[in-house]
Amino acid sequence: MDKIFFAELLVSVLIVAGGIFSLVGSFGLIKLKDLMTRLHAPTKATTLGVGSTLLASMVYFLVFESKISMHEILILLFLFLTAPITAHFVAKAYLLRHTDPQKDLPQTQRPHGWSTFDAPPASPTKPPSPKADG
Amino acid sequence: MIGYALLFGFVCLSLAFLLNLWRLVLGPTLTDRVLAGDTMVINVIALIMLYGIMETTAVYFEAALLFAMFGFISTVAYCKFLLRGDVIE
Repeated sequence: MDKIFFAELLVSVLIVAGGIFSLVGSFGLIKLKDLMTRLHAPTKATTLGVGSTLLASMVYFLVFESKISMHEILILLFLFLTAPITAHFVAKAYLLRHTDPQKDLPQTQRPHGWSTFDAPPASPTKPPSPKADG
Repeated sequence: MIGYALLFGFVCLSLAFLLNLWRLVLGPTLTDRVLAGDTMVINVIALIMLYGIMETTAVYFEAALLFAMFGFISTVAYCKFLLRGDVIE
């Protein structure tokens, strides 16, 4: 009886937290003024929101259906691994299209410039590829 | 109690969806639209999970996983296209 009540409380709190975090992430998408600051809101808050929703689902199926489901961990791992990659690519696309490397960006203090604009430096171990990636 | 929490979660996610749609329509730059689409996919995953809890079935996990994979791949492909003018070189 008590155990069921606490499980219900935990699931409810996790669902409410997930909803609030998702809403805050999307609100930040509207509120912040620049894409580089706007990237912050969804990539952090929304993955936290989805994370608590998935935890709620795990606890729910563990207690009320008495089965351990591994799908949530799969989705959680996939999202946590891919969120930084997505943010990185979006930031790179924004850098390439909307900033001037001479004016807007600081100097790299190295012989080669920013990798989004310039070709990568020649590596000593393998021959340089003709195409600069990204 | 879980029913009320689910209702609250659905309302929150629907509002988040509307805000994402706002950014998708307004978005001054193309990358803003890509970011809004990516956030929409993540909200869809949360929505599917909540629906799975409401219906008490494990059928929808595969749908959520597919959404996660295709959201990631489409975002990266679009950004790659913006960066290089080509998806697969």
